[in-house]
Amino acid sequence: MARPPLTDDELIARYGPHLNEAPPGGWNAGIEVDRVVKTHCCFCGQQCGIKLKVHDNAVVGFEPWYEFPFNEGKLCPKGVKRYLQGSHPDRLLHPMERDPAAPGGFRQTSWDHALERVVAEIRRIQAEHGDDAFAMLSGVSLTNEKSYLVGKFARLALHTANLDYNGRFCMVSAGTGNKKALGIDRAPNPWSDIPLADVVWVAGANVAETFPITTSYIWRARDRGAKLIVQDPRVVPLARTADLFLPVRPGTDSALFGAVLHVLIERGWLDHEFIDAHTVGFDEAAAAVADMTPAWAADITGVPAARIEEAAEWWGTAATGMMLHARGIEQHTKGVDNVLAAINLGLATGKFGKPGCGVSTITGQGNGQGGREHGHKCDQLPGNRDISNPDHRAAVAAVWGCDEADIPGKGMPAEEIIEAIHDGRIKGLLSICFNPLVSAPDANFTREALDKLEFYTVIDFFLSESAQHADVVLPGSLHEEDEGTSTSGEGRIIKINAAVTPPGEARRDWEILVDIARRLGKGDLFSYANTEQIFDELCRASHGGTADYTGATWQRIEDEMGLFWPIPEPGHPGTPRLHEGGRFAHPDGKARFHPVPFKPSAEVVDDDYPLLLTTGRVVSQYLSGTQTRRIAALVAQYPRPLCEMHPRLADTIGVVDGDLVTVTSRRGSMTLPAHVVTTIRPDTVFIPYHWPGAQAANQLTNRAVDPLAKMPEFKVTAVRVERAGGRGATTDTRDLGLHEASS
Amino acid sequence: MKTGQFGIDDTPVFVIDQSRCIGCEACVQACAECGTHRGQSLIHLERVDRAASTQTAPMVCMHCEDPTCAQVCPADAIKQTEEGIVQSALKPRCIGCSNCVLACPFGVPKYVAEFDQMMKCDMCTDRTAEGLTPMCASVCPSEALWYGTIEQFRDTRRGTLFRDFLFGRQQVRTKVYTVIDDALAGPLDVLADGRRSWLDDPFGLEETVPR
Repeated sequence: MARPPLTDDELIARYGPHLNEAPPGGWNAGIEVDRVVKTHCCFCGQQCGIKLKVHDNAVVGFEPWYEFPFNEGKLCPKGVKRYLQGSHPDRLLHPMERDPAAPGGFRQTSWDHALERVVAEIRRIQAEHGDDAFAMLSGVSLTNEKSYLVGKFARLALHTANLDYNGRFCMVSAGTGNKKALGIDRAPNPWSDIPLADVVWVAGANVAETFPITTSYIWRARDRGAKLIVQDPRVVPLARTADLFLPVRPGTDSALFGAVLHVLIERGWLDHEFIDAHTVGFDEAAAAVADMTPAWAADITGVPAARIEEAAEWWGTAATGMMLHARGIEQHTKGVDNVLAAINLGLATGKFGKPGCGVSTITGQGNGQGGREHGHKCDQLPGNRDISNPDHRAAVAAVWGCDEADIPGKGMPAEEIIEAIHDGRIKGLLSICFNPLVSAPDANFTREALDKLEFYTVIDFFLSESAQHADVVLPGSLHEEDEGTSTSGEGRIIKINAAVTPPGEARRDWEILVDIARRLGKGDLFSYANTEQIFDELCRASHGGTADYTGATWQRIEDEMGLFWPIPEPGHPGTPRLHEGGRFAHPDGKARFHPVPFKPSAEVVDDDYPLLLTTGRVVSQYLSGTQTRRIAALVAQYPRPLCEMHPRLADTIGVVDGDLVTVTSRRGSMTLPAHVVTTIRPDTVFIPYHWPGAQAANQLTNRAVDPLAKMPEFKVTAVRVERAGGRGATTDTRDLGLHEASS
Repeated sequence: MKTGQFGIDDTPVFVIDQSRCIGCEACVQACAECGTHRGQSLIHLERVDRAASTQTAPMVCMHCEDPTCAQVCPADAIKQTEEGIVQSALKPRCIGCSNCVLACPFGVPKYVAEFDQMMKCDMCTDRTAEGLTPMCASVCPSEALWYGTIEQFRDTRRGTLFRDFLFGRQQVRTKVYTVIDDALAGPLDVLADGRRSWLDDPFGLEETVPR
């Protein structure tokens, strides 16, 4: 019975989101600081270093950590205000059970009672419907230690195949493409390579808003004279000063990349020596783009042919070049194709394994890189091993001290788990660090699915919109309440340090999982005294895998300001740049070209749905907003979703800036203010996705997934937009000259 | 606890390069975290014309050598430090007349009714005195706000530093530098073709593109 016990308004009144305005005691409390803890931001994959100021077991402020080499003190607004998620009025302090009669809809209970009930429900559902009818969904805001533990917990304690993670909605197309082409799933370069590039090509990455610190790396390249190419349907803030802007129509990136490869071949801008020595498959890839002329691509992509030729010339003739891509090309039913087509451009021009050269994803989530290496992906075991490979299974079973046969096989990816819940094949769910009601496509379908669960338990620190559906809520830990490691987007393992202890009866996430495992009779497999022991086991389990952490220790990670994997033996210095000397991670050492014919998106425009919707993020909010929608200063920056549209489109609909519009797809509709700006393609509208319920952009999006990566197509939805009548606010009325706090 | 980033022989300067601003508001959020004015941000961040562009412009106090705000203050409430930092109005002296607000050529001072006082950016004197970078320039992800020595700037950044302004007949020299494009520093090639940019037509709507 996993329906919310009360109405949305009643739940919000009790559990928020409420807005934390000021540090503990208010702004005027004075800043008494007991100690300063060096750690990292809890949000995106940049994992900026930050120092948290602590007083009386509460984080009361921050100080830039200038010495940490990645960001040298720089932070985005989320990083600056991240400390306000602590000491928050919405913080979950006690285990709770769903109880519509209780005030707020949940009844406080004891850990013992809550966990006994969780274990009883797991046992009941698995006995009645089979082990795999109980699923687990996890997330990569978790540290490496917790990600590893979740993988082991689901396979050995829950004994379910059906574990997957929220990177399925984020980095998984890039990971799949990287493995196919390069043999390894890691950004090929440390970020210090970006300033060494003569051309920086940013494809489908709103760097200024989603990876703000990367902006400074790109400017360092430009200070040396590098050219900047930006490929995006919107003139995003970084694009404003770009040397070349490629205004690609959503869903057509592979046509653009194909045409660029076509031009590279036609003009002879190829590195034949590199292609011959270090790659296979060039001829097939070349054949696939034989007809992809710039004129053909201009028609499909909406990018003028002359700009495609200019991009090809810059990329093809530059001595060094970096392409940075993110969800803009990856969140598609052909996300893997797009990534492979991008990598083709790097291989064709020899731009791998050298300073200032690479084609790299920018990992989105905090531990998006490390979290996807150590085993909470449905098809994966630690060390980025394949759960279907007998040798890989045996290697991990030896570390885990179990029989290889005890490790379940490949499970369902996240969206399939939600669909299996909807059609009744999965009856029970444990989720941690995942808010699918906001982040998964087709939100109304996701809500129906959660409602159908026989039993749902959530480990979280706030009552997220998904957690409102839970039967049992287990209060876990915030980032600053536990220690461990994460691995940033450049492949650098870094140390997360605890600043405070969990408040009330809240527990560290790993302690909760270990307790459940013990109650399931598997305690002997999970006898950890602390998270460092989990890390040491993770390192052993990664030994011999591609994501090899063998030589990493917490001490080294702190002393050396991070370590780049692979670190295959103790004392190994780590590997900041991959593929040096043209050695790729496939057994023959060669990279793979892939032929990428152009395919349309799952939905194309028609008379009923004539416009393209693309979704994404704003700088002041992070993912499903569970944390950032609770921090007043971040909410004030962008309080509610707006529908960005070009004035030409606004004219045809008959609206002006601020008029309410209704956006309708085949799955749902929402009404929100039009934000009329000339910085978006006239055939495209953009809505950020951070909000729940009637404000959720994911009411509109499509559940269609990439056939390999199983990534949903968040970036292309066919919609119609109509005038709704009424007005909303789009204008920012804050006076940023003097931005006053209210307490 | 704090370790200075700059020694006593360094003379770091503050530089604003508006062209790099990404409008993220990290500066606004960080300014409000400063130890001397917690909860109050004293930096300006303007959206120039969001309907037409994502251009934003951060503005700290320019700390004029001969500050207009102090010249017009009838209560002599606006003082400069020895280092040339122009401070917020002295609370006991400020009469809230807003002469400074109207007179500042850069639009920096603001009269805050809640405190009946003019407040403005003080270049984080608490931090700079310890050899630390001001809060806004510490966090700025794009280095649109930058703090370092002129030598460091010239070694690592493009653009020409600039701090002399003419407002009608009033010439103003500021402590804070701005950056202009090297090309604009001249000499100007008057016979060259006009510079055409994709920005004239970002989406190729005017070009004869097959649609």
